[in-house]
Amino acid sequence: MRCDHCGLRDAVINLTQVEHDTKVTLHLCEECAQQKGIETGGAVLQSPLGGFITAMGKGPASPAPRPAAPAERCPACGATLQDFRESGRLGCGACYLAFEAHVRDLLRRLHGSSQHAGERYLAPGELAPDPRAELLDLRDRLRRAVETENFELAAELRDRIRVLE
Amino acid sequence: MIDLALVPDDGIGWLDGSGAESPIVLSSRIRLARNLAGHPFSQRSRDADRIAVLALVREAATAVPSLAGAVTFRLDQLERPDRQVLHERHLVSRELAGLEAGGRPRAGAAVMVRGPAAVMVNEEDHLRLQVMRAGLAVEDGYVQMEALDTGLGRLLPFAFHQEFGYLTACPTNAGTGLRASVLIHLPGLVLTKEIGKVLQGLAQVGLTFRGLYGEGSEVVGNFFQLSNQTTLGKSEEDLLDHFGKVVRQVIAYEQQARDVMMRTAPAEVEDKVWRAYGLLRYARTLSFEETMNLLSGVRLGAALNLIPGVRVYTLNKLLIFTQTAHLAALEGRAVGDPELPTVRAAYVRKLLDAELT
Repeated sequence: MRCDHCGLRDAVINLTQVEHDTKVTLHLCEECAQQKGIETGGAVLQSPLGGFITAMGKGPASPAPRPAAPAERCPACGATLQDFRESGRLGCGACYLAFEAHVRDLLRRLHGSSQHAGERYLAPGELAPDPRAELLDLRDRLRRAVETENFELAAELRDRIRVLE
Repeated sequence: MIDLALVPDDGIGWLDGSGAESPIVLSSRIRLARNLAGHPFSQRSRDADRIAVLALVREAATAVPSLAGAVTFRLDQLERPDRQVLHERHLVSRELAGLEAGGRPRAGAAVMVRGPAAVMVNEEDHLRLQVMRAGLAVEDGYVQMEALDTGLGRLLPFAFHQEFGYLTACPTNAGTGLRASVLIHLPGLVLTKEIGKVLQGLAQVGLTFRGLYGEGSEVVGNFFQLSNQTTLGKSEEDLLDHFGKVVRQVIAYEQQARDVMMRTAPAEVEDKVWRAYGLLRYARTLSFEETMNLLSGVRLGAALNLIPGVRVYTLNKLLIFTQTAHLAALEGRAVGDPELPTVRAAYVRKLLDAELT
């Protein structure tokens, strides 16, 4: 496919933008993409978050919660959104809430989702999960391990089941 | 000088060449990123915070069975060659070891090692839990990891959010905090020039590749580190299942490439692997990079049964002990000793000669 902008070179980047509630997809070659301020190739590789972070706060933000201004500080550690843009690292766990709208947007772009689907953590002192439920889960995994002839895994799971029983 | 003999298996039990898909897959690693709630992440914390985090982790570790008897190395109290040894063993990252140009380890930077399990403390995240296994063993490694994670999580309050999951300094690790990786040897795909396509395909299915020492390192000796790119939005089981399937596919492609080479150019392949072996057996000076590239050839030759009697274990051992800091420690030299290439060649000859007896 040819570049939509210059029509000369092959398009290497698909740029999807929302303008006036309409989705527009542009197919651009590397040069034209760079002219439009989109990083390509090596620059993106050097800082995998670079493009995302630079774009943060510039794209259409989620309506709620209210996006933080670059100078707004995390109440727990004092880090600003600007600090995050520069370092690519959040300052503490509370930053996730202080910059919630940006973080959610970024997580969706990085992972395709912001909703954790993995194990639920129980902090010290919280009620432990029902051992019967854990046993059912382990037995289910053991059955699948045997079915797929993964006997080493099956042995490890069997040991854990014995401990629980 | 640190004594790694204190660590069961010297922390490199995964070198023994056992495990599924050996010798193509050298090792599998499972890593979880965790942070303690109520403490700023390592890069934003002060020395006192980091030392407090280390104290909390050390105290908890004594009550976690999978870390019982673990040996703790305080990187902030070790000399550079020792830190480099730990890095060369894949026990600590370059950053934690303070090996970057002009870098120093942060106060409180440490690693606790017990056999295949290790915990890096005060890396980018407070805790980086890792389990290393020989061969392709991501599922087994994860079972071991769960015990470690649950044990520590019951004693230390981890930073966790119902929507975002485990909170990490870099959002690329948030959610499960799970990074599975394999160190995989792909000379067939490199020689048949199919590697580019395979690596491109990996990116499309959510995997990424790095060099021998992980992030920011170069590919040497046709060793690639493959790992999952996303950590959020899927369960640990789904992430591992998908990762395992893709890795098995890459192994199948590598096997195909080797079959094609042996069908179409057996004499060239045989010549290549024997030349590599010949150089390693008789060379008088060897750089680490050259050693790695030649070992890649010999490893291929051994896997194709062209070179008999060279064990995968010996090749793995050479991979670790010909690295600069290991070799220097082993032979009582300084890391910057100009004679190291000569010493390396002698060491390689000694190990390969021993295979013949």
